Amino acid sequence: MLWKLIREDRGGQILLAMLLLAIIAVPLLNGLPSDHPLHIPTYTVALLGKYLTLALLALSVDLVWGYLGILTLGHGAFFALGGYVMGMYLMRQIGERGVYGHPELPDFMVFLSYDSLPWYWLGFDSFWFTVIMVMLVPGVLAFVFGALAFRSRVSGVYLSIITQALTFALMLAFFRNEMGFGGNNGLTDFKDILGFSLQSRETRLGLFIASAVALMLGYLLSRYIIQSRLGRVCVAVRDAESRARFLGYRVENVKLWVFTLSAMMAGVAGALYVPQVGIINPNEFSPLNSIEVVVWVAVGGRATLYGAVVGALLINYAKTWFTTELPEVWLFALGAIFILVTLLLPRGVTGLLRRKEAV
Amino acid sequence: MSQSLLEEVKNRDQVFSFLRPAEQPALNVDKQILLYLEGLSVSFDGFQAINDLNLYVRDGELRCIIGPNGAGKTTMMDIITGKTRPDSGSAWFGQTINLLDLDEPAIAQAGIGRKFQKPTVFEFLSVWENLELSMPSPRAVFSVLRAKLDGEQRDRIEEVLTLIALQEQRESRAGSLSHGQKQWLEIGMLLMQQPRLLLVDEPVAGMTHQEMDRTAELLISLAGRHSVVVVEHDMDFVRQLAGRDRTVTVLHQGSVLAEGSMEQVQNDRRVIEVYLGE
Repeated sequence: MLWKLIREDRGGQILLAMLLLAIIAVPLLNGLPSDHPLHIPTYTVALLGKYLTLALLALSVDLVWGYLGILTLGHGAFFALGGYVMGMYLMRQIGERGVYGHPELPDFMVFLSYDSLPWYWLGFDSFWFTVIMVMLVPGVLAFVFGALAFRSRVSGVYLSIITQALTFALMLAFFRNEMGFGGNNGLTDFKDILGFSLQSRETRLGLFIASAVALMLGYLLSRYIIQSRLGRVCVAVRDAESRARFLGYRVENVKLWVFTLSAMMAGVAGALYVPQVGIINPNEFSPLNSIEVVVWVAVGGRATLYGAVVGALLINYAKTWFTTELPEVWLFALGAIFILVTLLLPRGVTGLLRRKEAV
Repeated sequence: MSQSLLEEVKNRDQVFSFLRPAEQPALNVDKQILLYLEGLSVSFDGFQAINDLNLYVRDGELRCIIGPNGAGKTTMMDIITGKTRPDSGSAWFGQTINLLDLDEPAIAQAGIGRKFQKPTVFEFLSVWENLELSMPSPRAVFSVLRAKLDGEQRDRIEEVLTLIALQEQRESRAGSLSHGQKQWLEIGMLLMQQPRLLLVDEPVAGMTHQEMDRTAELLISLAGRHSVVVVEHDMDFVRQLAGRDRTVTVLHQGSVLAEGSMEQVQNDRRVIEVYLGE
């Protein structure tokens, strides 16, 4: 059943095999003595885990941009919302260990002299409630936003602009202290997740594996949609929307459901990202972030799914390298990569490896 | 209103009427008329594209519509298929289905298929997939997600592939087909849809003479089971389609100028004036 989803998807087979390999190899290599040449330090494990969550975000963008033609410049908003939901859970886990030692209120609330938890912070002491909210919050926002935008047939560059406005508006809102999400400092100083210390090696490995598994599941789910007749309808909508309408397909519903699902995937990615980087603040809503995701997908190769993953990993690795070695060059390098890929490799890096007839 | 709503909610032995999906009345062509367009008018920015248009299409009829550029032919199709709302007038499909209440997908599902002027196929998908998507089947998102082709449906696709002579290209991207082949594929997609009414906008643009003959043959063979409305510029083609006894409608400035057999229409003084000028 699972094999059927990737039988004709060479890139996907390789990707999933590599992820499986990483799940096995990374903990083993991390367990080697630290002077061993193949040793992977724990901070690298966290870095790899972070890359995988960004890859999942890129995958969710490719699903709507590559296959439905919705150029979303606001998917970072769903990612950040997932991150904030997870952040709220992690804040509640701190308990009395905060600087002010309040048993219930996070530090910033004590500082802002809150008397009690705002109602929307209730329930986040439960992990399972959090897991549900991680998908529900971005999903509901995407559903409402999509219902309004797609019903009124906003598309193309106008839709891109309002997705951008969405994430910008959320950024401004989250910067405000009155919102009750820690203002510009965001949520940080997390201690543990499910009772395991976030600093420990085992938890880092666990989060890495969880990220890899989430990426694999996200990939298979996306493949399931793309492989189905719904996937072909998506491509049909992308290439000739009015034709699809005159064939009797409700284009707005197709867009709405896939967009919502994609937002939920982005939310999961954000929720896995936050414990690995240790902070979530309103900058994650920054429109620039969302645009960068689109660049990853373009660089990797649009409408292939695995291309999005490859692009996200490549660019983020490059980012890490540049920002440590040549920090001032990074943005120029990113711009140059994007321009070069658009001009020379319209099918992205993975397009180089694909056979001609497959296109 | 609030009283009746309260009664409605109190009545627990059936599903509340506001929760029941609005039911589409079945097509009814008792009076042998499939399409009624009455008193239609629509204007764009002061330009009267359709002006008090009245048109009746009989069930199973093949109707040709001709008219100079800007006569409102495409706008008329836009109204029938739900793309454009008229300012006034009514459009009924059979006696029971009010087209002005429905949107494009609902009209398509009610049984009206449309071929565009410019061949519009799903370029990225294969010929086979193009036909698959055109097949009448549930269109709700989750039904589409789980849809599988059964043997009968495969046979139907094969049948249409043969009819449009694209068996060899079944696996090719529709985008790689020649212009004429795309026209055929689009006609094939309409056939898959099995609509009761086919609206065909300039089907032979860019076709060779041979292909034109085949298209005419196909459209004529469709009449009877389906009603076919053909809008066309090419007079030879219209002559071929209309033969001796089929009705031809001439549109001019958004309303019907003349209607009758090809011969009558061609000898109508007003038609000659419009086409040749005075």
